[in-house]
Amino acid sequence: MNNFTISGSPHVHSTENTQKIMYRVILALIPALLVALYYFGWYALRLTIVTVITCMLTEWLIQTFLLKGSMTINDGSAALTGLLLAFNVPANLPLWMAVVGSMVAIGIGKMAFGGLGKNPFNPALVGRVFMLVSFPTAMTTWPQVQPIFQKGFFADAITGPTPLGILKESGAGTLAEMGDMQFLDMVLGNRGGAFGEVCAIALLIGGIYLIARKVIDITTPLTILLTVFVFTGIFYLVNPAQYIAPWYHLVYGGLLLGAFFMATDMVTTPMTTTGRIIFGVGVGLITVVIRLWGAYPEGVSFAILIMNAFTPLINKLCKPTVFGVVKPAKK
Amino acid sequence: MSNTLLISLLVLGVLGAVLAVILYFVAQKFKVEENPLIDEAEACLPGANCGGCGFAGCRALAEACVKQAAEKGNIDGLACPGTDMNKVAAVLGLTAGTFEPKIAVVRCNGSCQNSPAKVHYEGADICAFASTLYAGKGGCSKGCMGLGDCVKKCNFGALHIDKETGLPVVDPDKCVGCGVCAKTCPRNIIEIRPRGKKDRRVYVCCSNTDKGALVVKNCSAGCIGCQKCLKTCPFDAIEMHGNLAYIDPAKCKACGKCAEACPRGTIHAVNFPPRKPKEEQPAETPEAQKVELEKPVNA
Amino acid sequence: MNPIKTFKRGGVHPEENKISADQPIQDFPMPKQIIVPLGQCLGAPAECIVNKGDRVLTGQLIGTAKGFVSANVHSPATGTVAKIDVVMDHTGYYKPAVFIDREEQDEWAPGIIVTDELITDIKLDGKAIVDKVKECGIVGMGGATFPTHIKMMVPEGKKAEYLIVNAAECEPYLTCDYRLLLEKTKEFLMGVKIAMKGVGTEKGIIGIETNKMKAIELLDKTINENPDLYKGIEVQPLKTKYPQGGEKQIIKAITGREVPSGKLPIDTGCVVTNVASTFAIYEAVQKNKPLIERILTVTGKSVKKPSNFRCRFGVPADLLIEAAGGMPEDITDVINGGPMMGKSVSVTSFPTMKGTSGILLMTSHEAQDRRKTNCIRCGRCAKACPMGLQPFLLHKVAKLNEFDETEKNHIMDCIECGSCEYTCPANIPLLDYIRYGKAKTGAIIKARNQK
Repeated sequence: MNNFTISGSPHVHSTENTQKIMYRVILALIPALLVALYYFGWYALRLTIVTVITCMLTEWLIQTFLLKGSMTINDGSAALTGLLLAFNVPANLPLWMAVVGSMVAIGIGKMAFGGLGKNPFNPALVGRVFMLVSFPTAMTTWPQVQPIFQKGFFADAITGPTPLGILKESGAGTLAEMGDMQFLDMVLGNRGGAFGEVCAIALLIGGIYLIARKVIDITTPLTILLTVFVFTGIFYLVNPAQYIAPWYHLVYGGLLLGAFFMATDMVTTPMTTTGRIIFGVGVGLITVVIRLWGAYPEGVSFAILIMNAFTPLINKLCKPTVFGVVKPAKK
Repeated sequence: MSNTLLISLLVLGVLGAVLAVILYFVAQKFKVEENPLIDEAEACLPGANCGGCGFAGCRALAEACVKQAAEKGNIDGLACPGTDMNKVAAVLGLTAGTFEPKIAVVRCNGSCQNSPAKVHYEGADICAFASTLYAGKGGCSKGCMGLGDCVKKCNFGALHIDKETGLPVVDPDKCVGCGVCAKTCPRNIIEIRPRGKKDRRVYVCCSNTDKGALVVKNCSAGCIGCQKCLKTCPFDAIEMHGNLAYIDPAKCKACGKCAEACPRGTIHAVNFPPRKPKEEQPAETPEAQKVELEKPVNA
Repeated sequence: MNPIKTFKRGGVHPEENKISADQPIQDFPMPKQIIVPLGQCLGAPAECIVNKGDRVLTGQLIGTAKGFVSANVHSPATGTVAKIDVVMDHTGYYKPAVFIDREEQDEWAPGIIVTDELITDIKLDGKAIVDKVKECGIVGMGGATFPTHIKMMVPEGKKAEYLIVNAAECEPYLTCDYRLLLEKTKEFLMGVKIAMKGVGTEKGIIGIETNKMKAIELLDKTINENPDLYKGIEVQPLKTKYPQGGEKQIIKAITGREVPSGKLPIDTGCVVTNVASTFAIYEAVQKNKPLIERILTVTGKSVKKPSNFRCRFGVPADLLIEAAGGMPEDITDVINGGPMMGKSVSVTSFPTMKGTSGILLMTSHEAQDRRKTNCIRCGRCAKACPMGLQPFLLHKVAKLNEFDETEKNHIMDCIECGSCEYTCPANIPLLDYIRYGKAKTGAIIKARNQK
């Protein structure tokens, strides 16, 4: 006799699963990774390998010896955290720091809360911010880009300032004078910075792929970018001498990386469209506030983490309207 | 300067005195007359307020005990896992006999061996839900679903699902007979029965009231309503509920004859001394064996 | 053709898989013995009024409705009552049933017109129509089996504006309604007219998903050929989207009105009936023929001959599976109904009933890898929910047995369409928990209202 399966309806499911979502995000990050390899060569490669392996290993160890739950190592989320973490640090970061950062990201940022789906904060950002406050010098010493075809794959890194760093120290005037800081260079990634955030085009390609595959919702990135654009645009219009044009803000620093890949992390961001708009506006505002007046030149990480903390509240406030209910409080 | 000091002292002193007087009268007015027995009963309890009894704290349990003792003359079903409830019974003036220790028994023998699975279930681990979808893995519509609603509800950790049999097992050391599991079970398989003298008890390990022919189809250890036990019992303790034998614990003297007479090994006799090897063991499920191995708990 | 309409919020689009759409309806040969369950509708089972050894005629009443929500049961064949016993239904539970040993020749109960002739003259008035529907034991044949006469009785002070015929057939795989629309178009349209008269309205709207273009065109054509006869009947194409055939969704799509939370469709002036039920209304009112047979689809990807059968009730399902080419080797799931809302089958020998709209045989490949992960809070379930609920939240609180919270979050509004679980990437059995929570919450509310 056939041993039939008894289950509650529905009996068909979409082919989507968690693993596929994670691997699609990783796939979307590949263009940016290739660009990073082109600009930073060996440093980028070894850093990525170290963070990804450390993240996966940490998760494996915790699952095996502490949580003893089902193994989640294959679902790709640990690998994704590692990759995102690598994207957020300077390519020439000492490897031991990367290892510590990865362990914090997975161990404290994710597994301490119970693993996948339960962490309130984006693990990669937790790792990054941990490193930023623990190793401030190493984390803000950015290597200059040196395409591997010019200097070879294993060339030593030369450090230099990032556009936002220059801006913070010397103001918009200096930036405008620097001949090599052209907008096109920004977009192509020919500038200093954390290794995954340099090339705006590559990040955009990844983001558009994710939106097209319906892995992420366009709402969050769009509101973040719009908010930053409008907010900085107002300052630019008021005083163009002191503030740089808003389109520079969009491509500088980690804004695109943050907007497309970190602020869209499902676990730590609101679920409804209204909630996502609030989240996006919040991230945009905080980012600009930190960039213009904060102590750090870049604020996307902090902005996302702060808004992560607000996510449960936003979720509570922004519930979808129930069919057939005129007023939500009608009971 | 000294004036300021004096005034503040005076004002605060008078204020304090006035408030004290008000407090005194208010306390008198709103004084709650409580049964002093509650305090006494509470004194017997550990005072850890662990909530293990199913009440908000030790005092709540004590109140419940006093209330039930006054209404029904017993404290059945109320139990603290860390206390001998006989002490509480003594405080409440109940004689030793009125407080009868009880235990949960699982009246289903449909283990994976006795009632082999015909279908397999995928879905939420809730018996109450699964039983709306299908009759049961083995096909018995009155048997245990094995998804452990009772295990999840037990406050004392006295239940677990045996991996071999797929049935819940009651740990006699931990079970206090509170009856939460019995209320939870969507098929009313779990019954709260007296532990019995020397912890020996006999019960019908089946809840299926269907006709014998239908039972046999699905389970090799279910009650088929043959009434052999009924005829064997010297104390008239066995009655038929439909096609299911039921042993009335009030009449049962735990002689164990029915367990020997049952042709299907449905009647379980727990904590009886081992029989001669020649005879067929009626209580052959791992559950019963496990219980037999344990020392009798003081009744 | 009218412009395509749809409901706005939520919904999913599962693979349609209407494999049997081009298979004409075949009459299914009856076996020697048929088993007629007495509980064939939502609510109380009927009370048996025949005894062992009685000779019953085809269409003769054998069980009378007991209680308000209940429906009559008629004998689907001529023969002798062998026994009145229990039979396993699809869940494996035993249910009371009448076993009838069949005679070769059908002898119809008196008063039933057996010819195929189309009768266009409606002699009965509104009230008599509803009474006839009740007498003939007609229930909602989409699967919920709610007695149709209760739906058609418009309560005092309310008025039915529209009669909506739910021909969406949004369930994947099933094609029985579609075939009926194609092959019995005129009878079906007469049924709509009778139902309109029964509920006292001038407007009848047939909502059909656009993946059944042939049916839409045929209905339009038939109505245009004889506009006087089918006055007031309109065909409304609907977007192919699940759950377009949900009662509340189809009302929203067609009229733009929302059934208020906790209220019935009649509160928006709509009465919704199913295609098969509408056809049954025609047969009951014009031919005096009680509900003893239905069209059902036997299908599945590895089924040799996916078919649409006209089958009397009480035929064991395994015979139908046999007729469709037998049970394929790789079947792991047998489903009574469609894949989205149908019920798992434990035993394939269950007798067909009024609510058996199809028998779906699914392969292990289709049943998909159901590896569960933690909820990743992607919010897809909330996006897919046509009722605007938050399934992830309901699942969580139902699991924790917090039934205050489930009630606050409108668990009772769930229509159990399964869109949330369909779309969940973490493969969490969301609907299982929600159903559990809904049952518990419902019981609590009921107990409270009785106080």
